[in-house]
Amino acid sequence: MKGRIYVFLKEEVLDPQGKAIEGALSSLGFKEVKKVRACKYFDIEFDDKDLSNPEKRLEEYAKKLLANEVIENFKVEILTKQDSK
Amino acid sequence: MNREKINTTAEMASEHGINREEWETILKILGRKPTYEELGIFSAMWSEHCSYKSSKIHLGKLPTKAEWVLVGPGENAGVVDIGDGLAVAFKMESHNHPSFIEPYQGAATGVGGILRDVFTMGARPVANLNGLFFGEKDYERTTYLVKGVVKGVGDYGNCIGVPNIGGQVTFHKCYNGNILVNAFTLGILKSDRIFKGKAEGVGNPVWYVGSKTGRDGIHGATMASAEFSDETEQKKPTVQVGDPFTEKLLLEACLEIMEKDVIVGIQDMGAAGLTSSSLEMADRAMSGIKIDLSKIPLRQKGMVPYDILLSESQERMLFVAKKGCEDEILKIFKKWNLDAVQIGEVTDTKRAEFYFEGEKVADIPIDGIGENAPKYSRLSKKPSRYDENRALDISHIDDLKNPDKVLLDFIGSLNLCSRKWVYKQYDQSVRTNTVFTSGSDCGVVRIKGTKKAIGMTFDINPRFCYLDPKEGTKLAVAESALNLAVCGIKPLAITDCLNFGNPEKEDVMWEFAQCIEGMKESCEAFETPVVSGNVSFYNETDGVGIFPTPSIAMVGIAEDYEKLVKNKFQDDGDEVLVIGELSGNLDGSLYFSEMMGIEKGKIKEVNLPLHKKLISLLLELSQKKLLKSAHDISDGGLIVAIVESCFGETSSIGVSLDFNSEGKRNDELFFGEAPSRVLISLKKENRKIVENLILEKGMKVTSIGTTGGDRLRVKLNGENFVDVEIRRLRERWENGFDSLFEK
Amino acid sequence: MRATVVEFLGSNCDHDMIYFSKEVLKFKTEVVWYSERDLKNPDVVFLPGGFSYGDYLRPGAMASRTPIMESVIDFAKKGGFILGVCNGFQILCESELLPGALLRNKSLTFICDYVYLKAENCDSPYTKKINKILKIPIAHGDGNYFCKKETLKELKDEGRIAFKYVSPEGNIDEKWNFNGSLESTAGILSKNKRVLGMMPHPERACEKILGSDDGKLIIESLISFAENG
Repeated sequence: MKGRIYVFLKEEVLDPQGKAIEGALSSLGFKEVKKVRACKYFDIEFDDKDLSNPEKRLEEYAKKLLANEVIENFKVEILTKQDSK
Repeated sequence: MNREKINTTAEMASEHGINREEWETILKILGRKPTYEELGIFSAMWSEHCSYKSSKIHLGKLPTKAEWVLVGPGENAGVVDIGDGLAVAFKMESHNHPSFIEPYQGAATGVGGILRDVFTMGARPVANLNGLFFGEKDYERTTYLVKGVVKGVGDYGNCIGVPNIGGQVTFHKCYNGNILVNAFTLGILKSDRIFKGKAEGVGNPVWYVGSKTGRDGIHGATMASAEFSDETEQKKPTVQVGDPFTEKLLLEACLEIMEKDVIVGIQDMGAAGLTSSSLEMADRAMSGIKIDLSKIPLRQKGMVPYDILLSESQERMLFVAKKGCEDEILKIFKKWNLDAVQIGEVTDTKRAEFYFEGEKVADIPIDGIGENAPKYSRLSKKPSRYDENRALDISHIDDLKNPDKVLLDFIGSLNLCSRKWVYKQYDQSVRTNTVFTSGSDCGVVRIKGTKKAIGMTFDINPRFCYLDPKEGTKLAVAESALNLAVCGIKPLAITDCLNFGNPEKEDVMWEFAQCIEGMKESCEAFETPVVSGNVSFYNETDGVGIFPTPSIAMVGIAEDYEKLVKNKFQDDGDEVLVIGELSGNLDGSLYFSEMMGIEKGKIKEVNLPLHKKLISLLLELSQKKLLKSAHDISDGGLIVAIVESCFGETSSIGVSLDFNSEGKRNDELFFGEAPSRVLISLKKENRKIVENLILEKGMKVTSIGTTGGDRLRVKLNGENFVDVEIRRLRERWENGFDSLFEK
Repeated sequence: MRATVVEFLGSNCDHDMIYFSKEVLKFKTEVVWYSERDLKNPDVVFLPGGFSYGDYLRPGAMASRTPIMESVIDFAKKGGFILGVCNGFQILCESELLPGALLRNKSLTFICDYVYLKAENCDSPYTKKINKILKIPIAHGDGNYFCKKETLKELKDEGRIAFKYVSPEGNIDEKWNFNGSLESTAGILSKNKRVLGMMPHPERACEKILGSDDGKLIIESLISFAENG
């Protein structure tokens, strides 16, 4: 099974990278740009045959390691049901 | 997988950069046509980069030996004895082309490569220097390249934890289409524990360790699509991506394993990857080597033997170990989370044999590749511009009139202003050895457990080398020695990175030969042999080449780091003196280039015997602790050296000067350049004794003023000439880089 | 005192910390590997700086989830002294031994420079002997301290802000807050004030020849606290 975990900074946390991109877009002439927030995602292939709730499992990956909940939120998504091989 | 045998031809060889004559030699060496893999091997080994075919004849003229040289050119790095059972290993290498294409990764992998060259010798890297040469400020790609290269150099070295303590950053339009990234690393080792790249001992296993092999940096032009029609993946060469974390693990694992008695020989897989590392290791030991390519850990699917042989994936090492030490080796690599695999063994066949899935894909006599490697005595001719450039008449150029304004503009100009924007992105203090860093005349690290300190400096003035390649190079070596000596460090040896245009052009070859002549004379005079180095030709775009840029990095030693001399004024009320001539020459000066756009003239030749006396004088003065500060007078001339000495780390010290122009023009006096000049400051009561020491050596010395206050004041011929706040000068100097980002 | 330095894969200031502990402070110093569990009975644990796991994912994230950190957390619960420097501070935050997080520097670049530090509260084990502005190097890309408003209030109310970035004269000034930390925060303490995390490197300011030996004052405070309470 393939899953995707999105990790993004919480709304109240400053995102200097997003801010820099915001400025860069604006200076390229895209004046309508109001706000940019950067985000990262992880594509994960895993064996789900012993898992009753794969989505919950992905959440565990996020909570245990991929996201730092002090500053980040996350969202999980199942991409494909079948094993890609 | 079914692989079809590819029939090689002279045309195919030509696409590999092998000319007709070289093709015939290959046929003679093998007694048959090469396989496709063999063609790839010859192409890599006989490339300019690996074979030095255009430069070898000239490089042979350089002095490489001295009592203190333990390992000279030809190994992964040069090694110099520093006494008490210790030695330093160092080398410099270019990563110019990759950095122009992808500045961040290109610069990062350049740092990674040179670090491996040094720790391969068994040395722990303790300091990096970097020489960066960019195009002019207004060139469209310059800002992008500066940001990317600096971040790349920084991220790699910072992550590994090797301080970057100096170098050079130069901007000139000749680098618009070809930037230069020259990376230097120095490591410390025990003088009786030097490791070499030798495949010795028949039957000893050959090991592979580090990152997996991917299709990184394989020469793309040689890949005809038909040959890989069964492949779905694109075969374009990919940008090499650096992984400093893996390199850090590799570094620690290698140094740990080198403490055991198991390693016979070791070499980094750099340019031409597995091919050149395995062939060179066997060549040095005059043995043979047999490798099974199917055992190489691969990152991508569908890689063929040709790819595996020529991949330039980063962070990989090849080593030969003693038989029977497998468990010990695996245990250490496992500790560092690295996979090590046995991929072959040392033989006595004097041949390099490569197998893939049971089939022999290449079988080459090793000395055939080395001995028969092409060596070209390329034609050279003095370019006509050389003599034209020498004629410079300055009588119609107005002398300096409003010095305050000119000085403010000049000190803030891109080639003179503070490089802090660059070096604050580099970790300079990790390893807790850094005594002097960027902004000093040389970088210095102490050696823990001793009083010793190692100094290192990077120097080249490309404008001088353009006007006079021989004198320019001579001067670069002389100035490097002076940069060390002003700090109280005795010069020992150099490494070089010779960046030039297309060697097939006669004027480029002339420049190259002249530079080597100059380097030879200077290195002999200062007894600083060349112990390692690198040549980078073809720095040329659309027929426009760079200025000859034979970068020099010199290394030296101080026995007592308490006696080192700083290059900034230390206290109020100290006497300021100039050793050597007060005024200089405007020919080829930075002042003319930066402020007037003139790059002509006859540069002042360095008087080698006099310069040598100056070096020993400075070492004596530092030994006797007579100096408060000493700074080499070079780029920008006397007044710039003075202003730079006013800028302390966080605070500044002013200075009041009073001297006569001795019939010279004001601009020659202020901004003129000439070799063998040093600005010193000292306690007033030491003035007589120091002056006498200088005069005894037959050198000129002039007392020009006193430190103190918060202004730069110059009285010229009894009249006030300059009066400007140091704070204003400092502001311009510190913010000079801003002009790069205001677009 | 007895000190233990923890080494993680990729740590690059471990040698500096060992040298500081052993040669400068003359502590009896043990070195433990991230995969071990025994801290070897120290009085103080040093978590060194420098790119554990290459700073991949988030600085300190992977190191904080190694076996040895479980022992470090136990040690903290029992009231042990822990000093985390730079990456060590990031690891302490990631393991929730200290609140908040270290974001990318506001400049988005790595910064190596000297900073000036003012001890905010002089009653902690690490600050009680500090009577001057400290000059100590920083070298990091992610040192921009952030926490929730409520947390910041708590830190302030409980006197748990150990150091702030200041000008050489000792004034709070955004110009000297290079990485953009919340209220110039350079180092913070745990509730019992025995765990200190700080971005500047005291071990790099331990001998005059290196440009400053102010870093020693922090540990001298700790020694005096441990000996006299």
